[in-house]
Amino acid sequence: MKILVPVKRVPDPTQKTKIKDNAIDLTGASWIVNTFDEYAVETALRLLENGESNTRTGGEVVTVTLGPDDAAKELRTTLAMGADRAIHVVTDDKDIDSLAVVKVLQAIIEAEKPDLVLMGKQAVDGDANQVGQMLAGKLGWPQATFAATIEKVADGFVVGREVDGGVEYKKVPSPAIVTVDLRIVAGHSVKNGVTPATFAYQGEGARLPSLKGIMAAKKKPLDSKKIADFGVGAPAIREVGVTLPPARAAGQIVADIPTLVAKLANDAKAI
Amino acid sequence: MGNVLAICEYSGAALRSSALSNLSFARAAATAHGGEVIIALIGAGANAASGHAAKYAGKVIVVEDGALEHYLAESYAPIIARLAKDNGASIVTATATSLGKDVMPRVAALLDAGMASDISKLEGSNKFVRPILAGNAYSTVEISTPVICVTVRQSEFEPAGEAGGTGTVSTAPAGEINLFGASFVRAETQKSDRPDLGDAKVVVAGGRGMKNGENFKVLEQLADLLGAAMGASRAATDAGMVPADWQVGQTGKIVAPNLYFAVAISGAIQHLAGMKGSKTIVAINKNKDEPIFQVADYGVVMEWEKAIPELISEIKKVKASR
Repeated sequence: MKILVPVKRVPDPTQKTKIKDNAIDLTGASWIVNTFDEYAVETALRLLENGESNTRTGGEVVTVTLGPDDAAKELRTTLAMGADRAIHVVTDDKDIDSLAVVKVLQAIIEAEKPDLVLMGKQAVDGDANQVGQMLAGKLGWPQATFAATIEKVADGFVVGREVDGGVEYKKVPSPAIVTVDLRIVAGHSVKNGVTPATFAYQGEGARLPSLKGIMAAKKKPLDSKKIADFGVGAPAIREVGVTLPPARAAGQIVADIPTLVAKLANDAKAI
Repeated sequence: MGNVLAICEYSGAALRSSALSNLSFARAAATAHGGEVIIALIGAGANAASGHAAKYAGKVIVVEDGALEHYLAESYAPIIARLAKDNGASIVTATATSLGKDVMPRVAALLDAGMASDISKLEGSNKFVRPILAGNAYSTVEISTPVICVTVRQSEFEPAGEAGGTGTVSTAPAGEINLFGASFVRAETQKSDRPDLGDAKVVVAGGRGMKNGENFKVLEQLADLLGAAMGASRAATDAGMVPADWQVGQTGKIVAPNLYFAVAISGAIQHLAGMKGSKTIVAINKNKDEPIFQVADYGVVMEWEKAIPELISEIKKVKASR
């Protein structure tokens, strides 16, 4: 099974948000693989391996990113986690919008012909939550978004989706687009028929690259492509301004519960 | 410039309250685009809600078909795209519910439309304000495609009132449905008598400090006393203490109730992004240094084990005295 995982680099969300010249100031920002995309890489690896014996036979995980030269670093991170090769479409972030990202990824998917495309449900910088569904629409593929669980079955995948009010199970054949939500990295969320059902992955989130993985990543193929080769036009979606939300007025610590209830009833008129 | 096609969710014979927020945006957009609001009701039982929907817009289109018993993006997206084309829509909008978020980008792909997700404000005909970076900034985007797809953040738009007339109701066929092999398997939903988290006036949320699911019972007592919805931090849902759809935060529900109780929640950026629009925030935590106190209007430094029973009893006293 060949799995393609589009990933995006994002500014580390723990950094304080600053604005300069009507845009987010990213001077000196540190960058990470978007958390949801990192989870998608983790999910891809879990689908292909025996988690208990920590071995993998066959299959391929290909990661793809669009971004500046520096974004190669985040692609190497995915290779160090265990992806087999990577494709880097070099572009400046400001020259592309979600429509361009979809156009480029569509072309790469049509060339690579993966059995499954796994990606994060959204990037934690733009919070748009669009690209997976758009890709599925453009390709004419089935989609299963917000995956909390995924099970490989004979003729496709059964995906447990996080929806309002609970979890909805949806079956999609291969190839399909699956976007992952947070709980996909829980101990038993990925079932591939190889890892014993009794085995639970430990720890929170995605695996950290091992030293061996980091060394191996340096030798794995990283194919660099130019955005110009994809016929992407000028962005139709432009950011024209950024503002910070108004700060909340300073609150107060109250001494005890009766005081709190009195203030809620009389001052805030909230109860 | 054209009409606004508003995809509205319904429950039985009524529009959902989340749909009313969508209509509030739709009316503003229709004014900006010089067109009218057209409500689309899609699904196996869609016609039942058409009478209610007709109170909110001049035109309602019902697409009812037994094959649409379960929502699937694969079947809904082409229907929505076709309705948009047939009715001269320049804006196609839905509330950013799990359905809206799932289907609307697929619709955008079919219409070659640019999309603004989870918007908080309309600024002119093709400019939208939307939160980014977990709500730490607001971005204004301008979209130049002839048709624009939008999802609307429910908590940022007041529910629309009735329009003061009765709109016309028409039907449209579902057409040929191609599911691309996808199928609905089953839903595991929690039935609750409490209001939806998205539109509750009061939310009672617990965090990691609640230690286990059993301990949430006391918070549920508080919630039921106030007619509140239950919420939780990611730490609590990840630990399996409570259902995942209780999660409030950047990656869960975004809420903006009148009153929000954050109990034993530290206040990670992720969580604050989901609730800092609340009118009044109360934080109860035993550790005075937790970041939640920086956004709270009222903070009480106390263990929940002691604070919540006392809070319940004090609120009962206030209610009894009225």
